[in-house]
Amino acid sequence: MESAKEAFAECEVGVTGEAVAVPKQESHRVSHVRPVQPRPSIRSRRIEEDPCVKVQGLSRSFGNGCAYCLDPRAVLERNRCPRCGTVHAVRDVGFELYPGEIVGIVGESGSGKSTLMQCLYFDQTASSGSIFVKPYDGGHRNILELSSQEKRRIRNTVFGMVYQNPYLGLRMDYSSLSNIAEQMIASGDRSVSHMRSRGEELLGQVNIPTVRATDPPRTFSGGMQQRVQIAKALSNNPPVLLLDEVTTGLDLSVQANVLDLILQIRRDFNVSMLVVSHDLGVIRMLADRTFVMLDGRVIEEGLTDQILEDPQHAYTQQLVYSLL
Amino acid sequence: MSANGQCAQAVQTARAAQVEQGEQTPMLKITGLTKSFTIHAVDRRIQGCSNIDLSIMPGEFVGITGRSGSGKSTILRCIYRTNLPESGSILYDSAAFGRIDLAQATQRQMIYLRTHEIGYVSQFLSVLPRRNAYDIVMQSAIETYGCNAQAKCRRETSAMLRHFDLAEDLWDVYPRTFSGGEKLRLNIAAAMIKQPRLLLLDEPTASLDNASKIKVRELIERLKGQGTTMLGIFHDLEFMEGLCDKEFNMQEGMMV
Repeated sequence: MESAKEAFAECEVGVTGEAVAVPKQESHRVSHVRPVQPRPSIRSRRIEEDPCVKVQGLSRSFGNGCAYCLDPRAVLERNRCPRCGTVHAVRDVGFELYPGEIVGIVGESGSGKSTLMQCLYFDQTASSGSIFVKPYDGGHRNILELSSQEKRRIRNTVFGMVYQNPYLGLRMDYSSLSNIAEQMIASGDRSVSHMRSRGEELLGQVNIPTVRATDPPRTFSGGMQQRVQIAKALSNNPPVLLLDEVTTGLDLSVQANVLDLILQIRRDFNVSMLVVSHDLGVIRMLADRTFVMLDGRVIEEGLTDQILEDPQHAYTQQLVYSLL
Repeated sequence: MSANGQCAQAVQTARAAQVEQGEQTPMLKITGLTKSFTIHAVDRRIQGCSNIDLSIMPGEFVGITGRSGSGKSTILRCIYRTNLPESGSILYDSAAFGRIDLAQATQRQMIYLRTHEIGYVSQFLSVLPRRNAYDIVMQSAIETYGCNAQAKCRRETSAMLRHFDLAEDLWDVYPRTFSGGEKLRLNIAAAMIKQPRLLLLDEPTASLDNASKIKVRELIERLKGQGTTMLGIFHDLEFMEGLCDKEFNMQEGMMV
């Protein structure tokens, strides 16, 4: 991590300052960055594929728990144990995410959506459960049991995360280009010129004007910060994107841009995505399948239009009928 | 019930006759399909459709009529799995999976079938905002042919839009500004470019003027000529006349 930080500092000079001469032996190192592969056509793809990410019995609790609330049949006050006060933010969640699939997660605030995402991205330590990631090691090992070094590698090469709050995902005082470069250095890129051109390309894709590419995100509007986050998450072509409320707080026009971009990424790179959103319209446009979470549990899952048109659970009905 | 029984019997004899003649098995065979909706907020159960038997041969056009609220759309939506069927089976003769029960198919299988085999045209156009008409149809084409066949997709898209009589100066306009008929034709175009084996039409002529209705009718006839199997819901009987191979009438969730 230290060496990455140093490289990051050097890069800061590189991208904001004058053109930096790249030593010859540096440029060949770029080769281990995953090249962009054109997506195979859908027709040629096998129908029954292996899941890209498989999550089993994932739980995250805040507190030690007691004999009462560790029993799966325990009746809690929403997600809080009435005896010991432990908050069970995510309870026994399991799902599979397939290549090129967008899965939506809806639910009221406090239902554990963001905690689930953060457990996947190792921002939070899951209390129990297992996660298997095919693009990393073929899905053989539970990534929650790996060393922190391997976890960091998964974070840098397999997952791309866009946080609800841009302050969590960006370094506000560094330029947008170096923010993107940071992610690329972490995944093994060492060529300043490559990082710069890739960064500019990505910022162009999310409609950040080139003249502002070297400005720190602190000087950007909320929507622009969100788009820089997306560019950063995309920089090393992760096979799985975790999007936590990406369009919340954006105006409709920028929201349409972001949705367009997300679908384009899926189409061009066959990226799988987990999308958390309060906006059912966004979920309807993006997600193939949808999970509904309540008090840390997945209470219903189904095809997105089935969840919206024919909700089964009382809570889902209440949610869908609240739609404007 | 007896009417249902007779209907099923008639279907079975018809099928037996066709099997004898060496014809194909039905593309879609619905048996005992029942669906009701539980509304938790008011603690009530609403019957969508009950004990529906229906079978469609390849290349056939089957129409369903009935008053609104009689459960016509529920059947279509159960086939498309927008509604979760409660009981009964929907056997579909799929190109990819062979004979498959749509009531039991996995979500992944349904997603595949929706992209490749089963099309659904509703009265309403639901698309991403700020996409022009051309891109909407193009998007469908890409989903089917893959993004490596851009040139082919572009060719097919232009042909399809012309086929559906959408004026060329509307191609780069957002469909939000379209008239009802134009939206509908765009909707059908986007569904048709995927060349579905089975096309479900949920009142495609509702709220259309007569000229547009005739256009839709012509299109349906053309599709029928191409051998697409279709199941449609229609309000006006005149429209269905001479078009449908089979007609079913629904009352209170039952076939009559």
